[in-house]
Parts: sequence; structure tokens; C-alpha cells
Amino acid sequence: MTANTDPSPGHQPDAGHPVLDIDHLKVTFATDAGDVHAVKDVSLEVRKGEVLAIVGESGSGKTVTAKTILGLLPETATSSGTVLINGANVISVSAARLRQIRGRDVAMVFQEPSTALNPVFTVGWQIAEGIRAHAGGGKRVSAKEAKSRAIEALRKVGIPDPEHRVNYYPHQFSGGQKQRVVIAAALALNPGLIVADEPTTALDVTVQAEILELLRNLRDKYGTSIVLITHNMGVVADLADRVVVMYQGDVVEEAPARTLFAEPRQDYTRKLLAAVPHLGHNSASEGLARRAHQEEEILVEATNLTIEYPGRLGTPAFKAVDGVSFTLSRGEVFGLVGESGSGKTTIGRAIAGLNRTTGGSLKVLGYEMLNLRERTFKPLRKDIGFVFQDPAASFNPQLTIGECIAEPMLIHTRPSPTQARKRVGELLESVQLPASYAGRYPHELSGGQRQRASLARALSLNPRLLIADEPTSALDVSVQAKVLELFRDIQQEFGFACLFISHDLAVVDILSHWVGVLYKGRLVEQGIGSQVMGDPQHDYTRRLIASLPVPDPQEQAKRREENRALLGI
Amino acid sequence: MSTPDVPVPVANPRAPFYRRLPVVSHFNKSVGLQRGMLVIGLILTGLFLLTALLAPLVAPYGFSQLSDADGSFPTQQPPGGKHLLGTTVGGYDVLSRVIWGTQTALLVIVVAVVLSIFAGVVLGLVSGYLGGWLDRVLVVVADAIYAFPSLLVAIVMAIVISGGQSSLLGGIMAAAVSITVVFIPQYFRVIRAETIRLKAEPFVESAKVVGASNLRIITRHIYRNATRTLPLIFTLNASEAILTLAALGFLGFGIEPSSAAEWGFDLNKALADTTSGIWWTGLFPGLAIVWTVLGLTLVGESINDLNDPRLRGRKRAGGTSTAPANTAVITAEGSAS
Repeated sequence: MTANTDPSPGHQPDAGHPVLDIDHLKVTFATDAGDVHAVKDVSLEVRKGEVLAIVGESGSGKTVTAKTILGLLPETATSSGTVLINGANVISVSAARLRQIRGRDVAMVFQEPSTALNPVFTVGWQIAEGIRAHAGGGKRVSAKEAKSRAIEALRKVGIPDPEHRVNYYPHQFSGGQKQRVVIAAALALNPGLIVADEPTTALDVTVQAEILELLRNLRDKYGTSIVLITHNMGVVADLADRVVVMYQGDVVEEAPARTLFAEPRQDYTRKLLAAVPHLGHNSASEGLARRAHQEEEILVEATNLTIEYPGRLGTPAFKAVDGVSFTLSRGEVFGLVGESGSGKTTIGRAIAGLNRTTGGSLKVLGYEMLNLRERTFKPLRKDIGFVFQDPAASFNPQLTIGECIAEPMLIHTRPSPTQARKRVGELLESVQLPASYAGRYPHELSGGQRQRASLARALSLNPRLLIADEPTSALDVSVQAKVLELFRDIQQEFGFACLFISHDLAVVDILSHWVGVLYKGRLVEQGIGSQVMGDPQHDYTRRLIASLPVPDPQEQAKRREENRALLGI
Repeated sequence: MSTPDVPVPVANPRAPFYRRLPVVSHFNKSVGLQRGMLVIGLILTGLFLLTALLAPLVAPYGFSQLSDADGSFPTQQPPGGKHLLGTTVGGYDVLSRVIWGTQTALLVIVVAVVLSIFAGVVLGLVSGYLGGWLDRVLVVVADAIYAFPSLLVAIVMAIVISGGQSSLLGGIMAAAVSITVVFIPQYFRVIRAETIRLKAEPFVESAKVVGASNLRIITRHIYRNATRTLPLIFTLNASEAILTLAALGFLGFGIEPSSAAEWGFDLNKALADTTSGIWWTGLFPGLAIVWTVLGLTLVGESINDLNDPRLRGRKRAGGTSTAPANTAVITAEGSAS
């Protein structure tokens, strides 16, 4: 593998001894359903100062591979092969030796920074914990020295005012800063290798851009090698030098990042790359000059809508939605975009009557939601469909898919069992599932199939309005692409109005005619999808679009340079 | 419920009905020591149940029999001869009393647990789902009952219910109801906690969006999901019920020997015997209590461990692989808890 394929200039991976060398790794889990071969045969190596991305969909074995590197597999796992870190085989070394390797030679950055930090200790203490554990030679590191090294580590990851912040508790930091602290803890002993397992998945895109920049700096300044585990092709394009594509426990393809994106060799890789939504490609509102469907009936009308959550004793109420006004007409797809905490889900839930509104006006199918009474609103419920984010949790595990899909009919139209069965079959077919799936239980379906069934349930009464709350964010990209396509077809066929809520601009753009951008409870910008994405007016929208990595290393490197000032990185 | 009877053309991959029953399914997924514990528990409990059902056939004499064709039974006779486990100071046959005691114990368990399960589950579901002032009141009442020593509550209840009388039914009901009062808060607590958790699950919200009534949500969506832990509480409570019954009998609030055989009562009467070297009157009822409680507890604890994927032992993965030179097995203890 030629190493000189790095997108960032001024960096030369060391051609010498690899930092990590995995050879014929095989991991098997004992489960109730028999043995599961999570990793079948994986060989890879990471050189000094290199960022190796392991990409794959859920179940591909990428996280298991990462955990093996640190010897973090659960008791039910059996592994064979070799994982060499600086000459030590992690799989066969003793527990004591493994403890020495962890932290000093290799460190891990976890997905969810808020659970990776212990809430009852200061961040300084948690960083120092690793330093003191590796004092070595029977010497003890004094509390003072450990603290000064923790401050140093915090400074490295760009936490402002580290001398003061070192005494803060995790809850005093924002999500992005917490992830910086986790990275600081990983860096405390200057390990040669950092394993980052989905380090930005739990973060908003604007924060993701900062963390990616931080990881890039670590590599450039300190020559740290990074194993980046991710499912996000944009992140890969932004950061990785070399990419390993995994599928069902095997390595499908291994190539330098640019080569992989430009000319993927394997079918699977090609399919995977084709499924990744790319901002500006395949927009639903392409060529629209003015807002569509305006002559039709208005189904949802929000005027100065305010939704507050009551605060705890002594704290003021939290305004989740603050003076939002928009309309949604029959047949239109309204895309609502925003980061976590922007109030997008709250708006969707308020329209479905799951949250109460506290101010302004929200008219849903002519019903004023401000004084919602379940009894008077119930007749309208058959005109509203709702698709939830997590398809696994939105089905009652005790009922079959058929019973779940038939439920809205049983409540509102009371069909005979034969009619209901027939309708369930039709619905399943319209979402491209075999009618026989009606007899299955939710856990017997894959994520994508469940989300289709969820769509079938939402459509069972031919609703005039559909609310989709992040319907694809729990799905793999290739599945997401299919579900989105199905969604688009069905929307055109049935002609319902749709409020499509997502944090992913590229996904929203594929479906929506009209896009609204929410920021801290305010609707900062709305307009035709392609215009908002192509020529954002509000500062926040600009920042949001600039921080979204595109799945193309060359284009992404260019975008990064262009947007450096805007993102403040 | 008028759910559509959807045809299932493909073979339903679910296991047949009998293999999904609580204890059977647990047995199937157990291995090693955990399976051993479960099996021992099942054997002990099975023998207990069999004895209770077959007591009229197995027991040599009636529980209140003091004489047979050959005349009155001797008193305080050591084990052996006509009376395998000896006789008590009152002239009862110890073996017969122990065997008949299983019936009383089983009846009390069944009545107590059935009464408390129904009340506890209904109250838990309603209180957890509706919340508000009803929930607060019920929780306070449940906490208040918790705060009393459970035996004290049981004694008070026994006095209130039986009014000092001691018939078989009255005695059993007194014991069962007093145990029920102590157990309802337990079921209530567990079901309420589950209900509150399930209430926030998307599938319940999805039912709300669809327009399902509260009654429908509680019965169709929450009830079946919230009651999964019941077999566990059932077995653990059953053993506690026996202990409470025995304690009541031991303290003298149980059932008179003429109405039914009751181990706790026999233990009480055997107190005076121990100092005079008569061991058989106390030992055997005591062993019966230990036997039953041990059996039920083993079953309950095994189910508890097997329900938790983190505690459940599994067969080691790839057990037969012929290991190459560089193979190392990370699992320290794949099976065994």
C-alpha cells in the first residue's frame, strides 16, 4: 500500500514498523442462538501517523475489531489470531501486561462522551487516573504532578482555560467539550495509537467538524496513529488516509481513501458509496422556482408557536420552541432540520398531540392544539400518521407485525377480520414487504423492514398528514437509501402532506420541497430545499452546511479549506 | 380482542408454545452450574407438590388422628416401628403431620400469591399509567405497609380475620390474606416501575398517536410487557409465604392441629421437647420448611440469573476448534456463573 495518499499536506506516514498489526483475527460470540462469528478473518496494519478508517454497516464487526485491539471483549467472546501492538500480542498477554498496554500504548475514545465520563469525579481526576495507574517502577505520581499533566492534556485538546476547568465536573461541559475531555484522557500518556469508536456519531454536525479537526491536528502535531471506526462516509472522506471496508466480519476492500472513493473495486463498496446521500445531489426541490402546493388546503398552520417545558423548582421554564411560524399544505413535504435541542422533535410531537403547546397558535387539520382535549381530537387522529425514529422500539414486541399494522383500523373503522387481513396485506405490499410478514414478530424483521412496516402502519388509514421523526437515522446507509426512495414513491402515490424531521441536511434535501432550519427553538430560515442548501442566508444555516462532510475526500478537503473561517477551526 | 387472524404461510420461526413457558424456556437456555441449581430446585419443588397432591395416599395416618384399631398412639415415641418419625407429646404421628403440612403450605401459597398478584398487578398498571394523585396516594400506602414489620402486619391481620377462631378455611384464609397484605406492595411496586418505563416507550406513544384509549393501551400494550418478571417474583414470594405462615404458626396465630397440619405450629409445640432430648418432633417439620423454601428459592434465583443476559452462563463459543499455535482463549469462565 503506498502511503502517500493523504489529503492533508505536510504529513508523511512513517513507512517503518507498524504501530498496530492485526493478523487473521477471528472473534466468535456464544449466544442463545448458537455461535456468532462476529469477525471471521481480518488482517490489517496501521503505521505511525496514519489514520485508518474501518467502515461498515451495523453487524459488520468493526466495533468488535476495535474492542479486540484493547482487549475489551466480553467474557462470552473467543478470539484467535494476533493483534500486535509494539510487539505485544494483546490476545495472549496476561491481564497485568494488558493493563500496562492500555492507556500507554493504545487508548480508546468512545462514542458517547456523556456516558464515558464518570459524573461524580472532576475531569482532572479522571484524566489523572490513567497517569497515576501507569506511574511505573513502583513510584507514585504526586497529586500535583498528575494534575499538571491533566491540565497539559486539556490544553492539547483545546479546552479554554484548562487550569480552571480541570476542576470541573463532566456536566459542566457541553457535548463537544466532553468528547474533547475524553480525547484528552486518551492522550494523557501519549499513546502511539488511538482507537476512536464512532467518535462523532453522538455529536451534532457543527461539533463533529471541530472534533474531526482536533483529531487531524493530533495526527499532524504528535504523529499519533488513529484507528477510526465509523459508518459515516463523510467522516471517512474528511479524516482517513486509508480505508478498510468490512462486511459481515470480513474485510471486503482496503485502499487509500482517495482511491476508494474515486474507483471502488468491489461491488459492495460501490453500492455502499452510492447509497450515501450527498448534499446537492438528487434534491427533491431541484428546479423549483417558487413554493409548490400553495393552492391546496393548508393542513398545519403554526403562528408564533411556543412550547415550554416546566423548569424544576426555582428554575424558569425551558423554551423548546420559541415563536415558530410555518404552514404545511396538502401534498407538500416540509423538511425540518436542526441539531439536537433545536426543538424539531417537539414540534412534530405537538402536531401529533403528544406534547402540549403553551403559546401562540398551532392548527392541525383545523383543530387548535392550544386547548387540546383528547376526546375531541381523537376523530382527527385517523388523518395523522406518525413514523418514529427507532423502528425496533415503536412496535409492541408481544404483537405480530400484522396486529400492529391493523391497530389503527381496529380503533377507528372496526373492520371485520377478513377485511383487516386483506388491508394489512395490501399495505405490506405497498411498502415492498411480502404479505406473509404479517405473521412475524417485530424482532424477526431487520431494521429496514421494521421501518417499512412502521410506514405501513402510519399509512393504514390513508392519512392526510404524516409526521416522520428521524425515520432513517437508526438505519444503515444502504437501508436508509432504500427506505428514502420508498418514502418518496409512496408520498407521490398517496399524496399526503408530510413533516419530515431530520438532523441530516442531505437526507432532508432528498425528500423535501420546502425546508425549515431550526436553531435553539427558532425557525431561522425557511425556503425551497435546493435554494436553502445552495445559498443559505442565515449564519447558522451556513455553518451547518459548511460542517457537513461530503463523501468525497478531494471535494471535502477543498470545502474544509474554504470554510475554515466560517467554522472557526 | 378482535385482532385479525392473519394467516402465516411461512413456518413461524417461534418455538412451540410449551417451549416458551417460563420454567421450560429457562431450562432450555441454562448450562452448567446454573442448570444444576435449577434442576435441584425443580426436583425439590416437584416432590413438595407431589406430596401435597398425594397426601391422602402417602400419609400413614390422618393429620389429627390420635388412635387406630390398636388403640391410642403412644406419646413422645422415638422414630421407628409403627411411627416412622415418632410421635409428639400430644400423640400425633410426626410423619403424617409433616406430609399433611404440605397441603396447608401449598394452599396458603396459592391463595396468598393469587390474591396479591391480581390486586398488585391491577393497582400497579393503573397507578403507573395514570399517575397523578392516585399514584401518589397508592405509593404512600404501599410505603406505609413496607414500613411496618411484615410479621406484625400479618399477626394483626390474622387476628382481625379469624377473630380468634381456627377452622381450616379460616386459618388458611387468615394466613393467606395477611401474607397478601404484605405482598401486594411488592407486586404493585414492580409492575408500577415497569409501567412507568414502558409508558415512555415509542410503541406506547405510537398507540397514543393512533388514538387508542387508555384502557386499550394498558391492557394490550403495557400489561403483557410489564408482567414478564412475574414468574420470578412468584417463586421468590412463594417461599416467603411459607416462612410467614410458619412464623405465624410458631407464634401461635396459626391453625389448630385439629383443623389442619401446620409445620410452624408443630415447631412451636416441639419447643419444650428439645430440652428433654426429644429431637424428632421439631427436626422433621423444620426440615420440611427448609426443603420447600430451598426448592422454591433455587428455582426463583435460577430464573432470575437466566433472565439477565449478563448473568446467564453460555456454552463456550467454538468449543471444538482445534487450536493453532497462536490461538488464545480470552474467556476465563464462559459457562458457570
